Amino acid sequence: MAKQYETVIGLEVHVELATKTKIFCGCSTAFGGAPNTHTCPVCTGMPGTLPVLNKQVVNYALAVGLATNCEITQYCKFDRKNYFYPDNPQNYQISQLYLPICRNGHVEIETSEGKKSVGIHEIHMEEDAGKLIHDEWEDCSLVDYNRSGVPLIEIVSEPDMRSAEEVIAYLEKLRMTIQYLGASDCKLNEGSMRADVNLSVREVGAEQFGTRTEMKNLNSFRAITHAIENERERQIDLLESGQQVIQETRRWDDNKEYSYAMRSKEDAQDYRYFPDPDLVPVYISDEWLSEIKNSQPEFREEKMVRYKKEFDIPEYDIGIITDSKHMADLFEETVAICHEPKKVSNWLMGETLRLLKEKSMDAEEIRFSPENLAKLIVLVDSKAINSSVAKEVFEVMFEEDINPEQYVEEKGLKTVNDEGALRKTIEEVIAANPQSVEDYRNGKEKAIGFLVGQTMKAMKGKADPGMVNQILKELL
Amino acid sequence: MELLKYSAVELAAAIKEGKATAVEAMEATLSRIEEKDGEINAYVTIDRDAALAAAKEAQQKIDAGVLTGPLAGVPVAIKDNLCTEGMLTTCASKILENFVPTFSAEAVINLEKAGAVVIGKTNMDEFAMGSTTETSAYGETKNPWNLKHVPGGSSGGSAAAVASNECFFALGSDTGGSIRQPASFCGVVGLKPTYGTVSRYGLIAYGSSLDQIGPLTKNVTDCATVLEVLATHDTKDSTSVKREDTDFSSALVEDVSGMKIGIPRDYFGEGLDAEVKEAVLAAAKALEEKGAVVEEFDLSLVEYAIPTYYTIAAAEASSNLERFDGVKYGYRTSEFDGLHNMYKKTRSEGFGAEVKRRIMLGAFVLSSGYYDAYYLKALKVKAMIKKAFDDAFAKYDIILGPVAPTTAPKLGESLSDPLKMYLGDIYTISVNLAGLPGISVPCGKDSKGLPIGLQLIADSFQEKKLIQTAYTYERLRGAFGMED
Repeated sequence: MAKQYETVIGLEVHVELATKTKIFCGCSTAFGGAPNTHTCPVCTGMPGTLPVLNKQVVNYALAVGLATNCEITQYCKFDRKNYFYPDNPQNYQISQLYLPICRNGHVEIETSEGKKSVGIHEIHMEEDAGKLIHDEWEDCSLVDYNRSGVPLIEIVSEPDMRSAEEVIAYLEKLRMTIQYLGASDCKLNEGSMRADVNLSVREVGAEQFGTRTEMKNLNSFRAITHAIENERERQIDLLESGQQVIQETRRWDDNKEYSYAMRSKEDAQDYRYFPDPDLVPVYISDEWLSEIKNSQPEFREEKMVRYKKEFDIPEYDIGIITDSKHMADLFEETVAICHEPKKVSNWLMGETLRLLKEKSMDAEEIRFSPENLAKLIVLVDSKAINSSVAKEVFEVMFEEDINPEQYVEEKGLKTVNDEGALRKTIEEVIAANPQSVEDYRNGKEKAIGFLVGQTMKAMKGKADPGMVNQILKELL
Repeated sequence: MELLKYSAVELAAAIKEGKATAVEAMEATLSRIEEKDGEINAYVTIDRDAALAAAKEAQQKIDAGVLTGPLAGVPVAIKDNLCTEGMLTTCASKILENFVPTFSAEAVINLEKAGAVVIGKTNMDEFAMGSTTETSAYGETKNPWNLKHVPGGSSGGSAAAVASNECFFALGSDTGGSIRQPASFCGVVGLKPTYGTVSRYGLIAYGSSLDQIGPLTKNVTDCATVLEVLATHDTKDSTSVKREDTDFSSALVEDVSGMKIGIPRDYFGEGLDAEVKEAVLAAAKALEEKGAVVEEFDLSLVEYAIPTYYTIAAAEASSNLERFDGVKYGYRTSEFDGLHNMYKKTRSEGFGAEVKRRIMLGAFVLSSGYYDAYYLKALKVKAMIKKAFDDAFAKYDIILGPVAPTTAPKLGESLSDPLKMYLGDIYTISVNLAGLPGISVPCGKDSKGLPIGLQLIADSFQEKKLIQTAYTYERLRGAFGMED
């Protein structure tokens, strides 16, 4: 019988924090920008400069630590990690090794196998590096320090995951939690969330872990899933053919669906970590900690329970709406204005999701305001516009966040409620379509649909279909 | 020449009274430099035009009544490890041979705000590593008292410039004695403030947890006056301390009655030159006669200070100096094969022997497997040394001793035996390890005519006690200066 293998996975997740300024200077953290425009002497490592800690970084790290059930290191320090590379202007990165801000946490995940707790070994704060741009034509490399000094937290899990599904569930959970905290937008494709996968395999029942590899350059959940499956197979093949897994760092090539070795443990650098003498230890007082505790938001699980109690909407809808903090906020704020949870939910679940999908957008990118969505719902409720006009208006609103009241007014989209005018049009339609009238009278119920359609066409869509139906029946 | 004999405070007063101008003072200084610096080599960079223009501007502000402080219009020399906007800042190293900072050090800005006018940059041991100013990539500085001797280091250029009247005062930095020891060798006053008193922003770091900027002056009055200008809280330096008691010139009082002075026996043992010992003890005697209570005591742990210092300072230096890599600024080797080779050649060619020695030492004590045995242990000993001082200051206001075991050695005698050179720091480095303030005041000359320095050490934030004691001693001692 073939040997059965178990995959053992631990994750190192880097998250770029949503602070306005960098971790040790006042430069902007905005993504993009012309090269070296978000820089100053501090984040370009000029001689004589000194770092000063941005307190908001600590606030975010604490918030994430508390949300992931960590112990907080109330006396924590920054250490220097020394290594030479041009993207790192000082040739050391300010990070935390000896006293990281958070330790010993855990999060609950749910997969098809059921519920499970994934341990968090530690969370530490550090600075990001710049970016190297290799100019193939000029045979030189350029460096952009805009990202240098952008604050990161690194969340190091325990080796508690056993499948790609668990890894994705864990990452989703982290992403959701951090987005709810507003600590980061957690976009894998923009690099504001980056996951390195540590993976080893062992025979089922074995107590010792196998030799692990670390996989880098994973820019999507899909890449992570494929890389895990690929690396599991690669390691099993090695073991099955009597070879050994080498402890090394590997880089995933998403186009080739293949990984290659970057460096082995043998040439691993000695980072010569030591406490950064330019920074004073951070003392997190009980007051500071309780301030952060008290300002923690309502997380998804709590929200789902509350929605179920407060709003008469399906559990499935609740799941989708709370999947994004932005969508949940939008939902709650719109309901607070128009008091129509079911209708708000319908707009979000229907047209909103459809347009997001069509335009390949994230829920976080929704631009329309709760005020305008509420106005649109009121317009439909009051029969000022019919549902097909509403969909048209919504589409414009989705793009440009227009005020629907004003838009309907300006474009003359209001339903014609003048019964006299409607009756006159219907009479004309009846007169012009004797065959359909005949069919209807002969018991062909469907024929009325055609006549309603003709009437709506004649009214340029601005009629209330219910009213049209009613008058038609009456006249026929 | 008469103008040059003025102290900084005297010059500012003369300018204020209209007896002299800032421009005249600068012109006199520049001609003095022209006359003397060929042989002394106190300066590495001078921008005559900029200095004269700045002096002119200062004079206009003085005339307009905008600048009224006690340093207004006074020419100052800046150690070359302090950043000066638009002016070459080399740390006396080849690796920064072309480095022009885009900003000035906070200490320099504070002086300029007070109306002091920068003359230029003074020579030093490369990256402040050394005790003789012989490790400079731009030639050694000579002791103005005797050109065959070293001026001390690492702030040797600053001390020599003050002693030879090539400036009215200077800034130095002190990581293990680099202000006090050259002050002692050159017969001027040098003070290393309590760690955190002067912002380190713009000081190119050697040992960050030990580095402090301080004044080198002609007398104690100037010293207190300059320190008052330098000591500001700076939010750009996380280790900068907010102090309320920075009116240091208020301590210029001739009175030591009841002042408790401890003399550590450990500082007067083997290795101390007999003439130095005699001069320092005579100074203690003079203070006692003036009313101070003087007694001997055992400080302990003195023998651990040197290994502790060289472990911590080298560790920090090995990391601080990593940024000099040929990528962003400074020297880059002309030919190389790939990134790694560029780093290696740039740093091999750009750094001098002493700097490389300390980088290697520092990298070693931080490396995996040795960290606990060396670096961590050194931090523990550092804490114990601090404790020994705490115990001493429970009994004494001031600790009194020599600055260095000998007077200035001859040029070329020190570098051949670095260990011996390191041992010369024995009386100064514990002060840095404990973060304390210390001052060096001239207290005599040896038979060769070379100056001897008296060191006074106080508890953290007790600079006023230092200044009061030093000022009192200075009055007792009488005039001390070089014959021209």
